[in-house]
Amino acid sequence: MNAVAPLSLRDRLRLARFLRGEGPQAGPITLNRRRVFILPTRYGWLFGIMLLVMWLGSVNYNNGLGFALTFLLGSLAVISILHTYRNLSGLTFGAGRVAPVFAGEQARFVIHMEHPGAAPRPGIALQLPLEAPAAYDAPQQTSVTLTRIEARRGRWSVGRFTVSTVFPLGLFRAWAHLDLDMHCLVYPRPAAPQPLPDPHPASSESARGRGAEDFAGVRDYQSGDSLRHVHWKAVARQDALLTKQFSGGEESELWLDWRSFPPGMDVESRLSLLCRFVLDAHAAQLRYGLRLPGKDIAPASGEAHQRACLEALALFEMRA
Amino acid sequence: MKRRRTISDAPVAAHTIIWTIGALALVAAPHLLRVPLWISAASVLLGAWRVWGVRRPPVLPGRVVRMVLMLAALSGVLLTYGTVFGRDAGTALLLVMLSLKLLEMRTRRDVLVVIFLGYFLVLTQFLYSQSIFIGAYLLMAVLGITAALISLHRAGGAHKPMADLRLASVLLLQAIPLMLALYVLFPRISGPLISLPKDAFGAGTGLDDEMAPGRISDLRQSGAVAFRVEFSGAPPGAEQRYWRGPVLWLTDGVTWSPGANTAAAVQVSVSGEPVSYDVTLEAHNRKWLFALDIPASAPDIGRITDDLQLLAHEPVKNRVRYKVASYTQYHNGMAAPNSLRRALQLPPDANPRLRALAESWRAEIADDEKLMRRALEFFRDEPFYYTLKPPPLADKPHPMDEFLFNTRRGFCEHYSSAFAMLMRAAGIPARVVLGYQGGEMNPLGDYMIVRQSDAHAWTEVWLGEKGWVRVDPTGMIPPARVEITTDVAAQLAEVTPLIDLAQAAVLVNAWQKMRFGWDAVNNAWNLWVLGYNATRQQQLFTRFGLDTWIKLGMGLLAALGLPFLLVAAYMPLRRGARPDPAVLLYQRFCAKLARARIVRRPNEGPLDFALRVARLRPELAPQTNLITALYCALRYSPTPQAQALHQLRRFVRTFRV
Repeated sequence: MNAVAPLSLRDRLRLARFLRGEGPQAGPITLNRRRVFILPTRYGWLFGIMLLVMWLGSVNYNNGLGFALTFLLGSLAVISILHTYRNLSGLTFGAGRVAPVFAGEQARFVIHMEHPGAAPRPGIALQLPLEAPAAYDAPQQTSVTLTRIEARRGRWSVGRFTVSTVFPLGLFRAWAHLDLDMHCLVYPRPAAPQPLPDPHPASSESARGRGAEDFAGVRDYQSGDSLRHVHWKAVARQDALLTKQFSGGEESELWLDWRSFPPGMDVESRLSLLCRFVLDAHAAQLRYGLRLPGKDIAPASGEAHQRACLEALALFEMRA
Repeated sequence: MKRRRTISDAPVAAHTIIWTIGALALVAAPHLLRVPLWISAASVLLGAWRVWGVRRPPVLPGRVVRMVLMLAALSGVLLTYGTVFGRDAGTALLLVMLSLKLLEMRTRRDVLVVIFLGYFLVLTQFLYSQSIFIGAYLLMAVLGITAALISLHRAGGAHKPMADLRLASVLLLQAIPLMLALYVLFPRISGPLISLPKDAFGAGTGLDDEMAPGRISDLRQSGAVAFRVEFSGAPPGAEQRYWRGPVLWLTDGVTWSPGANTAAAVQVSVSGEPVSYDVTLEAHNRKWLFALDIPASAPDIGRITDDLQLLAHEPVKNRVRYKVASYTQYHNGMAAPNSLRRALQLPPDANPRLRALAESWRAEIADDEKLMRRALEFFRDEPFYYTLKPPPLADKPHPMDEFLFNTRRGFCEHYSSAFAMLMRAAGIPARVVLGYQGGEMNPLGDYMIVRQSDAHAWTEVWLGEKGWVRVDPTGMIPPARVEITTDVAAQLAEVTPLIDLAQAAVLVNAWQKMRFGWDAVNNAWNLWVLGYNATRQQQLFTRFGLDTWIKLGMGLLAALGLPFLLVAAYMPLRRGARPDPAVLLYQRFCAKLARARIVRRPNEGPLDFALRVARLRPELAPQTNLITALYCALRYSPTPQAQALHQLRRFVRTFRV
C-alpha cells in the first residue's frame, strides 16, 4: 500500500530507530518487520527465572516429566514471540482529525487503526509518552483517540506515540514507535472574562469614511451594540430595539489591538486577553478585526473569521 | 529512565479470576487428596472465599487478616512436617501460600504471579507421580492455566473463554515440536545438584534380602513389572530364564540371609555365544541388579561379587537401564577357601528330622551328585504340593521338619530352603539364590517383561569338579500337584463360572493383547520419559554421529531452530490470518484503474478516490460509485450482507477502464 523507502543496513541498526522510531510520516503507516521491535517484559524475565528454577528442580530430582514441563513452557514462551509480533504486524495507522483546543485543555488526536484480518487484534495499547496507555481489542477498523493536555499555545505535532502489545501471554512486548504527521492547533488560554474594549474611533489614516455617517439600514439589536447606534425613533414606534447600521463607518468596527494594552504587559497575557476578546466578540456577533504586530486581520464576522483570528493568536511569533 | 505507566495495576475482570482459580483447582486436585486434611481444607476454603469475593469484594480480608493467616499457615506446616524444606513440606507450603495469595489477587500483576506459581505447582505433582495419566491430566491443567493467562491480556477484560482455550491449544501444539527437540537434545546433567531430602522417592517393591516363608508369596500376588529386557539377538529359551539376584548364605533354620561377599574377578569358564541385552529395572530401593544366569561381567553402574551377584553402586531409587552379557552355558568353579565352609553352615539344634533324613541318605550314598538326585526324587515321589497358600509354619519349633514331614505344601521358598538345608546336612555345600524365573515376550514391543509375580528362589549346589550347579527343587513337583496357578485363565474361570471355556479363551486372548499393548506404551514412556538421562542422551548423540562439541552444537542449533522456523513459516506473519475478501476485490479494482494511470494515493479514502475518478473519467463514474458504495457497505456497515460481496465481485470483474 504505502511504499516506504528501503533502509540501508546502517540505518536499520541505528539505536535511535529502536528508541525513538522513524521520523514523522504523512501517509498511513503499516507495521512490519522493520518497525516492530520485541523484547521480554518484566514478567517475561520472571518467567525465565522460574523456568531456570524448574529446570534445576528437574535435574535435582532427575524428573523426566519435570524436564518435559520446563521445556514445554520454555517453548511456549518462544512461540509466543511469534504470536505477539503477529498481533502488531499488518496494523495500519492513519492520521484522523484533530480539533483545535485552548491551552490547558485536552487535545484529542484521532488515529484510524485498521488491519486486513477478519479476527480482532486483542490487547493493542496506544500510548503517548508520559500518558497512561489505552488498550483496545482492535476490530478490523476502528478509530482511537490519544489525549494529551496541551499546556502551551502553538501548533503541536502529535509526536512519537507507541503502539504495543503483550498479547497473548504477557511475556514479550512488541512495540513500534510511530510518528504520524498530525498536528493540534492550540489557541492561547482565554483570559478571565472582562468587558470588550470600546469600538475604536476612526483613526486618521483610515479616512475612507466618506460615508462614515451614511445611514445604511437597521437590524435587530444584539447585545454589545453601542447604545449610540440604537434606533431610538424605531423603539418608540415599534416594540423592538433596532440598531442603526452605517456603511463604511469605522466606528462600527471593533479593533482588537495588540497595542491597546499597557506597554509593560507580556506577550502571553496580551494574547490571552485578545483570545478572550475574540471569543466574546464572536459570541456577540460583532464585526471585529485583529491587529497584531506585523499582522492585521480586517474586520469581519463568522466562524471562519474567528478561526483565522484564533490561529493568528496561536501562532503569533511561533513560526518556525 | 522514567518508569512506564503500565496496565499491570488495573483490576482484573471477574471471569479471569474465576477461570484462574478453576485452572489452579485442576492442578492442585491430586495434591489435595495427598496432603494432610487441614491443608486440603484450608486450600479449598481459601479458594472458595476468593470466588465469593468476586461478587462481594467487601468479604475479602484486609492486610492484617492475611498476615495472620499467613503466619498460621507457616506454623501449621512447620508443626505438621517439622520443616519447610523437602518434597512433602515444600509442596504443602506452596499449596497453602498459593491459596493465601488468591485472597489478595486483584490486579493483573497478582494474577500473573499466581499463574506462574500454578505452573510451578504442576512440577511438584511430577515429584509424586510420573505416570502417563498424570502427565495427560496435567497437560490439560497447563492448557487451562495458559488460557487464563491469555484471558488476562485481552483488553478491557473481554470474555472469550472458547477463543482463549483455542489459542492456548494452538500455542501448546506449536510449542510441542520445539519442546521435543529440547527434551531430547538439551544437555542433561546427572543430578542431584544438592543432596536430596529423604522423602525424595517413594518406596519401591521387589525382592527382599531375606528369605522367610511368606515373603515371596506376597510378591507373587503383584502383577507389577520388575524389569524389562531388550535382547540384541534371540531371547534365551524358557528353561534358561533364571534372573539372578541376591545370593543367600546364612540360615537360622527358617530364614535365609546374605553373607558377606567380596568383589572378585570372574573366573568362570564359559562356552557358547553370550546373550547380550539391556535391562530396564524398576526402582526397588536395593542394590541388586538382575541378570540372566550367569553374568559375564559387571554393568557400568555396578560391580560383580564372588558369588556372581550384580550390585549397583547406589540403591536403585530410580528406574535404571544397564547393558549386560550373560552365558547360559558355563562352569562356575569360583570358590574361595572358606566360602565352601560357609556353604555348610546349619544351626545345630534346628530341624532334627531333616538332619536325620540327610544323614540316612549320606550313609547309603557316597557320591554327592547321586545324593542330590535322591533328594530331588524325594520331592517328586512323596506327596508334595505346590501352593501359594501354604499352611503357616512360623509357630512351629522346627518349621522345616514340619514342612518336610507333615504339611508338605509350599512353594519355591519352602522347597529351595528345605533342599539347601538337606544338602548342607548331608555335607554338600549349598546356597539359595533369589531372583526371577521366566518372563514373557511382548510381541508388540519386541522386549521381555519380567513381573514381580515371576519372583523365584532356587539353589546352587557345589559338586566338586562341576563347581556350583543350579538346582531348582520346585521344578520337581509334577504339574498334577501344582494347586494354584497365577494364570489369567484360571483366575477368570474361578470368578466367572458362567462363561464357557471357548469364551474364556477369547477373553483371555483379548485381555492379554490389551495388557501387552498397554505395556508397550508404558515401556516407551519409561524409556523416553522416565529413563532418559545423561547416559542415554550420550548414547543417542553417539549414534547420530554427534561426537564432537562442534557437531553437537550445530546439531542442536538445527534441531531447535527447525521447529521454530516451521511454526514461523506456517503462520502468516505479515498479514492477518484471513484478509477480508472485500479488501482484495477493492485492491483489484484499484489495480485496474492504476493501469489507466489513475493511482489511488496512500492517504486517499475510497470516497475521495471515487470523486477524483469521476472528475478524471466521468464515463467511469457510475460503476466506480457502485463499487465504492458496495465496498464501503461491506467494510464499514455493522451488518454486512453476504449478497453485497457477490455483487462487488461481479462489478469488479466486469469493470473495464
